Amino acid sequence: MTAAPFTLGRAFRLGLLILGALVFLAPYIFMVSTSGKAQSEIFTSSLSLIPDRFYFVENFAKAFSRVSMPQLLWNGVVVCALILVFQVVIAVPCAYALAKLKFPAAKLMMALVMLGLLVPIHATALPLYVAFDRLSVLNSYVALVAPFSISVFGIFLFLQFFRAMPDDLIHAARLDGMSELGIVARVIVPNAWPAVTAFAIFSVVAHWNDLYWPLIVVSNQAYATPPLGLLYFRAAEAGDDYGALMAATLIITLPLVAAFLLAQKRFVEGITMTGLKG
Amino acid sequence: MSALHLENITKSFGDNAILKGITLQAEAGEFIALVGPSGCGKSTLLRIVAGLEQATTGSVKAGGRELTVLPAAERNVAMVFQSYALYPHLTAGQNIAVPLAMRQLSRLGRTPLLGALAPGQKEIRKTIQGQVAEMARALKIEHLLDRKPGQMSGGQRQRVALARAMVRRPSLFLMDEPLSNLDANLRVHARGEIVDLHRRAGVPTLYVTHDQAEALSMADRVAVMIGGNLLQLASPEAIYEDPRHIEVARFLGQPRINSVESRVGADGRIAFGPVTLQPREALAPGSTVTLAIRPEHVGVVPRAASGPAMGLPGQAERLEFLGSEVIVSVRLDGMGEGMLAKLSPAEAQRISTGMPVAVLPEPERMLVFAATGERLEAELASETVRESVHG
Repeated sequence: MTAAPFTLGRAFRLGLLILGALVFLAPYIFMVSTSGKAQSEIFTSSLSLIPDRFYFVENFAKAFSRVSMPQLLWNGVVVCALILVFQVVIAVPCAYALAKLKFPAAKLMMALVMLGLLVPIHATALPLYVAFDRLSVLNSYVALVAPFSISVFGIFLFLQFFRAMPDDLIHAARLDGMSELGIVARVIVPNAWPAVTAFAIFSVVAHWNDLYWPLIVVSNQAYATPPLGLLYFRAAEAGDDYGALMAATLIITLPLVAAFLLAQKRFVEGITMTGLKG
Repeated sequence: MSALHLENITKSFGDNAILKGITLQAEAGEFIALVGPSGCGKSTLLRIVAGLEQATTGSVKAGGRELTVLPAAERNVAMVFQSYALYPHLTAGQNIAVPLAMRQLSRLGRTPLLGALAPGQKEIRKTIQGQVAEMARALKIEHLLDRKPGQMSGGQRQRVALARAMVRRPSLFLMDEPLSNLDANLRVHARGEIVDLHRRAGVPTLYVTHDQAEALSMADRVAVMIGGNLLQLASPEAIYEDPRHIEVARFLGQPRINSVESRVGADGRIAFGPVTLQPREALAPGSTVTLAIRPEHVGVVPRAASGPAMGLPGQAERLEFLGSEVIVSVRLDGMGEGMLAKLSPAEAQRISTGMPVAVLPEPERMLVFAATGERLEAELASETVRESVHG
């Protein structure tokens, strides 16, 4: 479409899209605004987007000083990175085997994978909690990472992607002398970056923002992930200091927002590619 | 000791038999084309030889070595795929180097980054580079070595795939329709190149194709496979001139061989128009046989010019001008059968569509096949030129 004329219909469509975007962005914008307001201004009856007096520095200082923000962010990074690494390392060979190898239990395993997709973490939370308690690994990275190290969703997503890869490529690799693991490492993974990227987005976003599971297995602040830290912050420190709370929230959402803005193109590529192929 | 020996290979998926007992031997340096219609099992056979699929029964031997149970990686067999199957994330040069690196470098040496630290790997890498460069020179693809497959044309990819297969000097070469993704001009050119490369390398080659022109023009021997059976394995000349089965005769040759059902007469002879054939072994009178003759062995003349009732009368239905030759379809009077003849343009000039014509098959070129499809030897008994054919 070459520079479409600015017709009434086009203006209407654009207006609708802008309105939609505003609705979705409004809470975030309001959060940014609140993080710059003084306590007294937040509780006035008037609602303004631009703070009367900029209170950003004070709020951010409070957010940084009252909880150990670097520790929270670091925990978030460690947990998300470990989960992602384990998920990819386990799901890629699984998906390869299911997609390209012939073995007797393949159908059964496929059915189990589909079944696994249907069971949410909430259903298994209690048994897992009891087990971790017996193993006395509550309040540790192990408890945060282990339940998510096998991602059925990951296996399913890679499976769809690998199925579309030509068999001849794998045959050629076998004739060239590669072992099955060699094929995964040298042929499959280098050609599956779009799928890995897409999966990484889903995984990191889900686990960075996850509150449910950390809330169950972590009671020690040293292992708190960002959302859990926020909860502590609100309960123990901030009380009704919403300015500081919003500043803290802004800090922990910032890494994801920044990552998305920086790699926006690749993200969209990855998602559309796997979406189309699946 | 033959370079490749396939013994009674069968393959079935459930009740579906794909290969029904294939036995085949290739001599050292021989180029064998496996040709047949799609679905005849030729690609499956190739995959079994490569070790990519397991035969249900039978054995594969090469150079006296039993390969049947070896995995593909240990067979020292190279294959060129129809889709070329180049690694998309590697450059042409890296693609060609893969089979060498997998065999010559140690496990540590192959690991990215760490590989540079392993002892003695630098020299090996250097020799690999040398071999890649030499192969690239032989195939005239030096300028492509730094490009990725996505940046190359079909013909260029095909050359890189050939280079990757040949670079490690395999004991056996397998090609699965390597030319079918090229356009027509390039295909004819590439045919000649593959034959030259094969002659230079001297490696026994199995070449799968559905294109009879490729099979006949390239191979030392042609194996025709139909419906999971190897019907005939012979030199291109023999397989074309002397087919042992009606399916072989029908599959090879463009346009298709003419075939007519006939019955053995009371005297044990087979009559077709003015021609009478005497089968070498006695056939029951009344049994069905198939007579076949290639279009180039059939003459067509205008009926007025042929004297009284010579040959088989018919109507010229269609003329297809192909440059060096003209294909004439004739509907035979009284028999309802169509016949094709391949004439030179000069011969065809006297004929036009709808004209009454006489068809003159060369009697000694007539082939007789039994109802089972097997070839029957037959001799020319007599040629009654003046006899009328009606009825």
